[in-house]
Amino acid sequence: MANLKTSEKKTKAQSMGLHSEVLTGKTQQKFFNPDEAENFFYWGAYDVDFNKRTDLDVKDMDCKEANRSIDELMSQGYGTIVIKNPQGKHSLGVGILNKLNLIFEGSLGYFGVGSIDGPMVRVNGRVGWSCAENMMAGKVVIEKNAGSCFGAAIRGGDLICKGMVGARTGIDQKGGTIIVGGDAGAFTGFMMQRGRIIILGDVGINLGDSMYDGTIYVGGKIGSFGSDAIESPMTKSDIDWLKRKLKVAELGENFDVSKMTKVVSGKKLWNYDALEPTEKKGAI
Amino acid sequence: MCGIAGLIHRGKSSNVGSELQHMLQALKHRGPDSTGYALYAENDGQNFIMRFKVGENVGEGSTSINEDASVYDKRKKLVDNMLSELGAKVLKEDRLTPYSFRYEMQFNNDLMEFSKKIESIESVEILSIGKSLELIKDLGDAETVSERYGLGNVKGTHAIGHARMATESGVDIKSAHPFWGYPFSDVSVVHNGQLTNYWNNRRLLENKGMRFMSECDSELIAVYLAEKMRNGATLEEGMKDSLAGLDGVFTYFVATKDSLGMAKDTMAAKPLVLYESDDLVAMGSEEIAIRSILPQEIDTYDPFDGEVKVWQI
Repeated sequence: MANLKTSEKKTKAQSMGLHSEVLTGKTQQKFFNPDEAENFFYWGAYDVDFNKRTDLDVKDMDCKEANRSIDELMSQGYGTIVIKNPQGKHSLGVGILNKLNLIFEGSLGYFGVGSIDGPMVRVNGRVGWSCAENMMAGKVVIEKNAGSCFGAAIRGGDLICKGMVGARTGIDQKGGTIIVGGDAGAFTGFMMQRGRIIILGDVGINLGDSMYDGTIYVGGKIGSFGSDAIESPMTKSDIDWLKRKLKVAELGENFDVSKMTKVVSGKKLWNYDALEPTEKKGAI
Repeated sequence: MCGIAGLIHRGKSSNVGSELQHMLQALKHRGPDSTGYALYAENDGQNFIMRFKVGENVGEGSTSINEDASVYDKRKKLVDNMLSELGAKVLKEDRLTPYSFRYEMQFNNDLMEFSKKIESIESVEILSIGKSLELIKDLGDAETVSERYGLGNVKGTHAIGHARMATESGVDIKSAHPFWGYPFSDVSVVHNGQLTNYWNNRRLLENKGMRFMSECDSELIAVYLAEKMRNGATLEEGMKDSLAGLDGVFTYFVATKDSLGMAKDTMAAKPLVLYESDDLVAMGSEEIAIRSILPQEIDTYDPFDGEVKVWQI
């Protein structure tokens, strides 16, 4: 008989109920190493040349026409596309799963560059609500201000706003980094699950409300802490990482990151449903 | 949803009718049911302008009951009789649609009593009274309403408007925005959001003698502010009080004959984009509203939670 003892030996993850399912066929679980992730291409992605540059005037286009035109230009190998006259239109530059340098000469409306994976985006203007929502990877730099729900549910990449942002920045964030040069509104980091948020200015009320995990760094004043958000001591690795990240973001050259406030989850809301009523009250 | 827009020219007049039309048309996707304008027009400031309706628009997806148009004439006659009884002297009258009118008149007594008497006539509602306020609202998009009421050439200093998606009440003129700040002349309000303590506040205000013409929650803001100002508060004080007094999610604009204000709830749940310069302030639910009148690259921002701002002309 086989030795049952060895097959019963569980990892910590398995004891928590994870990885216990049997995966077969297309559902088979795969883990990418960083090299593989770096070289990962979506099916149908275009081979673009960053030195091949063109302008696209979207003044008289709706968002569908503009996005199709971007796709067509990528299919022709253009790796740097400059969008002229975006004029606050919604949903521009969404769903780009390709390497690309995308520059907007003006402001975007709602849902700008949402659901992207890979492009480097620069917006020489302002963005409306839900900029870069669901971003997987890449870098997005906003030169002016941003609206509410900035970086909602992003999974990865760097999202940078050099001005101020509205409410609920990084709501439901699941990875990546959001960096804000100015102030941020209420409910920053609301229900965030992973990733990091850096705010160099002040933040509004209910910071990190109901956050599950992740880290928020604040340079200015905090309106109030949200449920289950607590202050945590800054470590040397925090300081080193912040310095590196701000340099990449072209922000806060002379900013003393060691004086920032670090906010993390108190984790009292974890397994909320299993808590006793009195415990629930304490957690909220 | 719903879309709101407003602008104020500081120190000069402009074609606010056309400007607001472009802003509201850009927000049509946020509210296709009805559109309303509160224009602060270049009038001589001597006489009162009363805009009122004697029936509803029953076309274009209206939820109102169809009426024989002949009742409108009967109701108009009753209004005319009541006006002469109250001592109001009508200098000019325009019939803009079968059911809506614009009267220019002289009147010197209490507006609250005056309004109560006029509105005691069946289906008659005063949309606005003021010396510069022209409040127009009807079913349809911004272009349709502007064309119907000839608003394209109206000049003035400031204006607020609303593109409505009906959620809390019917598709009709009485539930459309803007709401007049009864019984104050030249006060109007537009709102985007939902108020959750509408009935509690309404009962309290009705007990104090204030009137509600619709069951639209947004009307509460106009009445709430009017009641605060009636008790001596300034517009800004009333607006700041409303952040705690009104429950729910809201961004609203208020205009008086010489000012324009905005307030945003403490959760910042409803959008607002703001452009401010020395001679113009323009704001709307989305940036495209501002871009419709300022296509060049401009700096805009979202006001924060719980913010109240008031600008003077």
